[in-house]
Amino acid sequence: MNRLTQLFQRKTADVLNVYFTAGFPQLHDTVPVLQALQDAGADLVEIGMPYSDPVADGETIQRSNQQALDNGMTVATLFEQLHDIRQQGITVPILLMGYLNPVVQFGIERFCQQCQAVGVDGLILPDLPLEVYEREYRPLFAQYGLQVVFLVTPQTSPARVRQLDALADGFIYLVAAAGTTGAQTDMNADVDAYLRRTQALGLRNPTLVGFGISDAASFAAASRHTTGAIIGSAFIRLLQQAPADGRTAAIQEFVRGVRPH
Amino acid sequence: MTTTAPSPYQVDAAGYYGPFGGAYVPEMLYPNVEELRNNYLKIIEDAEFQREFTQLLTDYVGRPTPLFLAQRLSAEIGTTIYLKREDLCHTGAHKINNTIGQILVAQRLGKRRIVAETGAGQHGVATATVCALMGLECIVYMGEVDIERQRPNVDRMRMLGAKVVPAKSGSRTLKDATNEAMRHWISNPTDTHYIIGSVVGPHPYPDMVARFQSVISAEIIRQLLHQTGRATPDFLLACVGGGSNAAGAFYHYLDEPSVRLVAAEAAGQGIDTGHSAATTALGKPGILHGASTILMQTADGQVTEPYSISAGLDYPGIGPQHAQLFATGRADFMSITDKQALDAAFQLSRLEGIIPALETAHALACLPLIGAKKDDVVVVCLSGRGDKDLATYTKHLEEYA
Ligand SMILES: Cc1ncc(COP(=O)(O)O)c(C=O)c1O
Repeated sequence: MNRLTQLFQRKTADVLNVYFTAGFPQLHDTVPVLQALQDAGADLVEIGMPYSDPVADGETIQRSNQQALDNGMTVATLFEQLHDIRQQGITVPILLMGYLNPVVQFGIERFCQQCQAVGVDGLILPDLPLEVYEREYRPLFAQYGLQVVFLVTPQTSPARVRQLDALADGFIYLVAAAGTTGAQTDMNADVDAYLRRTQALGLRNPTLVGFGISDAASFAAASRHTTGAIIGSAFIRLLQQAPADGRTAAIQEFVRGVRPH
Repeated sequence: MTTTAPSPYQVDAAGYYGPFGGAYVPEMLYPNVEELRNNYLKIIEDAEFQREFTQLLTDYVGRPTPLFLAQRLSAEIGTTIYLKREDLCHTGAHKINNTIGQILVAQRLGKRRIVAETGAGQHGVATATVCALMGLECIVYMGEVDIERQRPNVDRMRMLGAKVVPAKSGSRTLKDATNEAMRHWISNPTDTHYIIGSVVGPHPYPDMVARFQSVISAEIIRQLLHQTGRATPDFLLACVGGGSNAAGAFYHYLDEPSVRLVAAEAAGQGIDTGHSAATTALGKPGILHGASTILMQTADGQVTEPYSISAGLDYPGIGPQHAQLFATGRADFMSITDKQALDAAFQLSRLEGIIPALETAHALACLPLIGAKKDDVVVVCLSGRGDKDLATYTKHLEEYA
């Protein structure tokens, strides 16, 4: 069974998903960071494939993308790095997240094959149009056992939320507020109302909230009406700051700090 | 000039030009793009909109712009050359045809703020101008490199009351200014309209911008008929950054195969030098700024940083309609180097008393290369005037003394 399905069967609240950029801060940090996140207790991990023009991302993730590219990170290199993680004891569900162009240039079928071969469970491709997914990608994702995650924002109409929910099979990624990643979202009454509103739709997929989640308070506020939350920019900042030899401990502390119990 | 069968070169119901086009945007932009897609044709085809648009183009922009028989240049090149004088538009380039149209759309959508990107600054100035005219707040993103090389336009935008924000990421030119404008729109989804400056971006932008610029070819038809007795030239030349002046000049001729369409791209220092912006020569199909198109990229799908002496052509992609014109062979794409463009700019200045924009100079540089005969009628879209490029031209004055 897909590891994402298993996770959400087992766990329906306080799910913590952590994002980091592949090949950052150093080219060969991808697997050590993944291992440290698993050891620290992250429920699932989203690995970002760096891109030169990440329009949905704020400065922190833009810079981590650029640094990873400068380090020589590519889609092919990422698959090489991940090739035996499932034999090396990585059991945490893994999503690859990235913009469409590098995936298209790699070749979509070859990409899906490689995902399956290394043990990737799902994909987030924010600029993949829904109708292109339905027409061209859906059969491939199904064939290679990849679940798909779609984004929803406070501006997404209820009808479209239902349409996205009908086509998603990983989870629904609730963007907390209008903005790019890393924007300072205070989990105010507007966000709370939006999360409640979405909860009331009774979606078939689990929901995880992302954008602006950075600490225990925002994680708790975000998880109140949802299955859990996603931390990205705050974790990238940690990776930037932590000295290489203290990184595993820093990741432990970070994850424990976000979700004290 | 109209055909009943759907043109293979015009947008289809799904927003595509053959395999190119579409709307590859993250969900954060979906509602904005959908609102525009659902409304743009209704708004544009409304009689009151058309009346206001046409009146502003006439009384404010100064249309129709002249079609000028350039006799000394014609003699020099050995053919018959007409210049479509978009440089005489208010603000000095064709860009304002689009910003007038889009500000009227923005008003009808109830938007209060405008965001735009700019390369050469011509689109930024044209946007700042219509925002001043209509009393809307205006934010323009411009690459740091372009702010330096197009200083006069930065000051014009400020004079007009716009806020100019430097784009500091990537190559710090037009591509990055476009990224920043998109991010701004993502962060301000309800009250802001993004006035994109060329026939690029997600559907419906390429079609909407082409429609507003199509006034260029509508006028060429009338003026050419009046001056020569025929409505169609043998050659039609335009430069392509994103491709809006070319799209406007080509628009009513797309399904007239007797008209040879020539698109001039910026080769920069040369297509093999690694310092170039010649998209069709160096690019491959892919996705850029919300559209499937042709773009310059690495084998791994990372967008390549382009280079051109001309800020308005310094862009790694082209609009999806141009990708289709290239892929089908309907238009010829030529790569023009910085040097060829400078030669052409000085030639036009000295022979006709018209200082063209550096972008436009790339179209002019095609004239000796297209094989036009003496009696052939060649129309060049003179997309803009060169005042903004005087600092660059001044550096080369000695060479052309
Ligand atoms: C005078 C002029 N011509 C052409 C261009 C290129 O744009 P497009 O290809 O959209 O016409 C620009 C862009 O700044 C310009 O200022």
